Parts: sequence; C-alpha cells; structure tokens
Amino acid sequence: MSKVVVSFRKENCKGCGLCINACPKGLLDFSESTNNAGYPTVYLKEEESCTGCALCAVMCPDVAITVEKEVSA
Amino acid sequence: MKVISGKPESLTDKKYHYCPGCMHGVIHRLVAEVIDELGLREETVGVASVGCSVLSHNYFNLDMQEAAHGRAPAVATGIKRVLPDRTVFTYQGDGDLASIGSAEILHAAARGENITVIFVNNSCYGMTGGQMAPTTLPGQLTSTTPLGRDVKKEGYPLRMSEVLATMDATAYIARTSTHNAKHVMKTKKAILNAFKAQQQGQGFSMVEVLSTCPTNWKMKPVEALQWVENNMMKYFPLQEFKKVSGGDQ
Repeated sequence: MSKVVVSFRKENCKGCGLCINACPKGLLDFSESTNNAGYPTVYLKEEESCTGCALCAVMCPDVAITVEKEVSA
Repeated sequence: MKVISGKPESLTDKKYHYCPGCMHGVIHRLVAEVIDELGLREETVGVASVGCSVLSHNYFNLDMQEAAHGRAPAVATGIKRVLPDRTVFTYQGDGDLASIGSAEILHAAARGENITVIFVNNSCYGMTGGQMAPTTLPGQLTSTTPLGRDVKKEGYPLRMSEVLATMDATAYIARTSTHNAKHVMKTKKAILNAFKAQQQGQGFSMVEVLSTCPTNWKMKPVEALQWVENNMMKYFPLQEFKKVSGGDQ
C-alpha cells in the first residue's frame, strides 16, 4: 500500500468529532491533549492502516485535515 | 507526495469563527475548491450576506463585497452588470435569502441575472440565537417556537428551490445536503455545475445546501447531521430541479 500522511492543523480543530464519525475504518480518535482554545484534538491511531480515502478531510468543517498520498511513478 | 485533500488556495489561513460542527466551513471549502478547479480565483467576486456567514470575507481569498441583509443578489446584479467578465456569486443563509431577502432573490431569478447563489439552509436563524426562519420545519423547536412551529399560526416552510425552478430565466437549481461525505461530494458537483452555467452565460444558478446548526438545535455535531438526514431531507427533497441543457456539464 502506498504511503499516506495525514496531518492536522491542531489550532483550527474545534473537536466536533465529524472526522472520527466519517472514518470508515475507525482509525481516528480524540487525543488527550487540547489546543490553545481548549478543544480536544484528533490523532490517527494506526497510520499504516489508513488508505488515504480522505473522507475525514471531506467532512472536516474547519479544513484542519490534510491528506497526502505517495504517488507511485 | 500528492495532496488528496487540503486547504484550497481560495481560502485564507484564518481560523473560522463558526461553532464546532457547523457545516458552513465545509461549504466554504467546496466553493473555494470549485473556484480553484475552474481557475477563476483572480476573476471572481463574492458577495457575503448577513448571518453567521457575514464574516466570510475573512475566509475567502477572493474579492469580496458585503451586502445589506438579504440584498446580496441585488449587489451581485450590479457587480455582474458593470463587470460582466467576472464570475459573481453570493453566499447566503436561509434567514437572509428566504425572509428579508425574498424580494431580491425572486427578482434576480426572474430577471435571469447571470450570477450563482449558494444558499445555506439550516432551518433557523443561527447568528441571532436560533429563532424560527421561513425554512423551519413544522413542529420544530426554536427559541421563538418553544412548543414547535404551529403551521396554523406560523405557516409552512418555504421551499425556495422549487419556487425558483418554476421561473423561466433560471438555468440551474439544485438542492443538496452535507450530512455525509457522499453528499458533500455531490454538493461540490452541484456547485461546479452552477458555476459552469454562469460561465456559459446560461443565466441564474442556485445551489441550496442543507446544513446544520448544532448550537441552536442543541445537538452534538454528529446528531445534527443525523437530524438533517431524518427530518430536513423529508421536507426538503434533494434534487436537481432545473438544468438547462447544452454545454459540457
């Protein structure tokens, strides 16, 4: 499987949890840390299982998630 | 590495002021993505409305103009007539478009102004505290209908897409939803069709997007999306009401 990198703009996250709800594999969850606004932030539990479908980023109302995928030449 | 999904160029880096789980952010992103994909960022003028999206000029990396409450289609008419080579869109909520701005939207559509309207319907006045809007469902609890909207007293909701689709001069009218990823992608396609209709000079185009207001509905963001699917979509069916044939759409 090609490599996928999911990055979060933590300060934009408001902890609504729509990405956690959208992930078909249930790979996202709230982390124990909060951002400066006090919202719980989200992290990817198992990076190697992520297929890069980007449904989390599609549903994120705060454009806080960027999904990048390695393109095979 | 190829970016599959991220911040489009037509959005600024500013953090949204919207409540957690508000779908305004998603709809902003979809409009920005469509403008990027059509390569229109340098030649687009947006008209913001009054409501929660009153500050959307902070978030769109475009030329933006603020309009008085409900008057965005009238302001957009002026901009489009003076600068016909620009792409002009308005971004309005349901209190703005369907209530105080109903005259402006009806006549802009009746005149067939070549503008695109993004109409965000969350069935209440979000910014001012969740009062009843023209789009509030029968029986829905709001801060001004604490016992639920009584149709005998307060009447029935306005289905704006159906109304505008009956007009001769409208080119593209669709209603979509944002309650899951599939429908978010369908919304993007509808917004793309609307902007293409404007590019081809076909006339007035509007996309009504069903959205949420978790704060005023007093629901968690995920519950609010389910409420859209289980309640709003029954009263506001998702459909492409009008599409003028011709051109590559």
